[in-house]
Amino acid sequence: MKYVDEFRDGEKARILVKGIHELMSTMDTPKDRPLHIMEVCGGHTHSIFRYGVEGMLPKTIELVHGPGCPVCVLPMGRVDDCVSIAERPEVIFTTFGDAMRVPGSKVSLLQAKADGADVRMVYSPMDALALARKHRDREIVFFGLGFETTMPSTALTILQADREGVTNFSVFCNHITIVPTIKAILDSPDIRIDGFLGPGHVSMVVGTRPYEFIAQYYHKPMVVAGFEPLDILQSIWMVVKQIKDGRCEIENQYARVVPDEGNAAALKAVSEVYELREFFEWRGLGSIDHSGVRLRDDYARFDAERKFAVPNLKITDPKSCQCGEVLKGVIKPWQCKVFGSACTPHSPLGALMVSSEGACAAYYQYGGLKKHEAAT
Amino acid sequence: MTLAAPPKRSRSLGRVFVPKVTLAHGGGGKAMKDLIDDVFVAAFDGAAPAVLEDQARFDLASFSMHGDQLAFTTDAFVVDPLFFPGGDIGKLAVCGTINDLAVGGAKPLYLSCAVIIEEGVAIDTLRKIARSMARTASDAGVKIVTGDTKVVQKGACDKLFVTTTGIGVIPSGVNLGAQLARPGDVVLVNGRLGDHGAAILGARGDMALDTPIESDCAALHELVDALLAAAPGIRAMRDATRGGVATVLNEIAEASAVSIEIDESHTPIGDEVRGFCEILGLDPLYLANEGKIVIVSPPGQAEAALAAMRAHPLGVRGCVIGRIAQGEPGRVAMRTVFGGRRIVDMLVGEQLPRIC
Repeated sequence: MKYVDEFRDGEKARILVKGIHELMSTMDTPKDRPLHIMEVCGGHTHSIFRYGVEGMLPKTIELVHGPGCPVCVLPMGRVDDCVSIAERPEVIFTTFGDAMRVPGSKVSLLQAKADGADVRMVYSPMDALALARKHRDREIVFFGLGFETTMPSTALTILQADREGVTNFSVFCNHITIVPTIKAILDSPDIRIDGFLGPGHVSMVVGTRPYEFIAQYYHKPMVVAGFEPLDILQSIWMVVKQIKDGRCEIENQYARVVPDEGNAAALKAVSEVYELREFFEWRGLGSIDHSGVRLRDDYARFDAERKFAVPNLKITDPKSCQCGEVLKGVIKPWQCKVFGSACTPHSPLGALMVSSEGACAAYYQYGGLKKHEAAT
Repeated sequence: MTLAAPPKRSRSLGRVFVPKVTLAHGGGGKAMKDLIDDVFVAAFDGAAPAVLEDQARFDLASFSMHGDQLAFTTDAFVVDPLFFPGGDIGKLAVCGTINDLAVGGAKPLYLSCAVIIEEGVAIDTLRKIARSMARTASDAGVKIVTGDTKVVQKGACDKLFVTTTGIGVIPSGVNLGAQLARPGDVVLVNGRLGDHGAAILGARGDMALDTPIESDCAALHELVDALLAAAPGIRAMRDATRGGVATVLNEIAEASAVSIEIDESHTPIGDEVRGFCEILGLDPLYLANEGKIVIVSPPGQAEAALAAMRAHPLGVRGCVIGRIAQGEPGRVAMRTVFGGRRIVDMLVGEQLPRIC
């Protein structure tokens, strides 16, 4: 299939893998201290597992699966808020599919639906707005979720609703922003990341410039990477090459999609509709300053948080969860105390077991081989 | 009760003159009898033996002439929408139960059909579906001999649910089972994977994706006959319905305590289905099929099985997708087109499209 197969070419993969092995062989990395490269984005984690990329790399490179799965990092208190909105009889609660299974402190949206809440899966916020036009007697709430990738589509839908004068549509805004999160990870004392694969789809919106501080102040290389397996291998090669050359730069492997200056129209819609929150709570990572956005006062009437009284309680993560340590690369998923026992994709305890992009769920589903090989 | 009427009664069949089903049609009175006569008996007449009792009756000899083991299965169908490219709930309900019998090596003989109807469904919709069931059964040489109808209030079911139960006979000497796979055996499928699942998702219309994908819904018992004639040593067959090929492979690996290695470059997936899955973030290995079987053959008979499969219209694109291996029992692994390896596990629930 055109535009797909050429990015999954096994022959080209072998050449890149050989190149990575050759680069690593010329570098002086101690055996007990492999290079730690973090892929920030959950989409990368998914591809890495789906295509078995990790197993093709030399043992001297370890991939650390970062915080970029918006479903995974959603704190339980926010899920509880979703459920409390969804349970209102006048509400049709609309959400992306993979947010349905995220556990709250009591139930997930999927369970709330079974208990009678009108929860519907949509593929775009525009589908939710269409429901609002169709059901004038109901309140349609869209679960706004995701990084800068999905932020513009929610913003544009709000602007459209505003133009049309729709009054029964609102957004429960849980959009989060990537840069403060990367900064929080870099500031974490127990972290040992040598380089980053930058998030491709987020960068399509924000461009590559917001990452400059990573190279300038933290002296870490980053390569903004595409999502096909060849993209990922090439980006890993580029990170390793920077490390070998002693460079720290923000490079763009995904130039076919990501312009360095980002998408001006999307950024305009984003800054029109949202403002930064002082802080936002992350599952596994705790509170991070300026890491979330909310609707500006001009759009308050589309803000479900203001329209419906939500409990807004902070629920702490279960103590046994070690998601934070996995996110920061301190431990591997299977080294967590509850991995595969108290915490499985079937009944996830921690954030990372929830979505197929979460590192633990990915290990559980695809990564048995890796764990098996590591053990033998 | 039986749906079938003897031919001599056909002139006095009831008729339904209202456009839609109401609760009266489930009340047990004349309206119900008219609905059954008009919609179901009219369609199934001729396919059914002339009996009018609360149960269908058979001579045991009519079974024993085909073999020495009875096969018995049931399946409920709740597909939405009722009509989709490549089929409808009626065709699906007949093929699905025939296939459940066929993959055990059974010759399918008789079906029952129970329908639960939501009030408000158009009578014409029911007629179309009953005719589709009758046509599919008659093409397959299978008889629908008994059934039941219930009408429920609006909202108590989604338009129409159909349950079919089937009886068939397994010829002596045929012994297929998911627990019989052995290391070295070859794993085959009879064609492209994921068509039904993608066709249904596309037909629901909420993806705003126009796809030319058609369901592969088909009765596979003749293909199974051809396979068993050519490769009598075949160990196991399963139709890869809900959960797709990935789920069936896991079931076989677990039942036989073997591991299975498949090769992504050999898994046959149509370009339309691949494109559909790429856009939605779905994995075609987990999409439902309604006309595909996974076959485990001993290595010496795999060539013969493949040739027989490809000679049949429902197996033209058949191919070998992998092998039974000696690795960790219960594990299914796939060599990716990219040269990596990954586990192909069972899904926890439904596949959910990813956010981004």
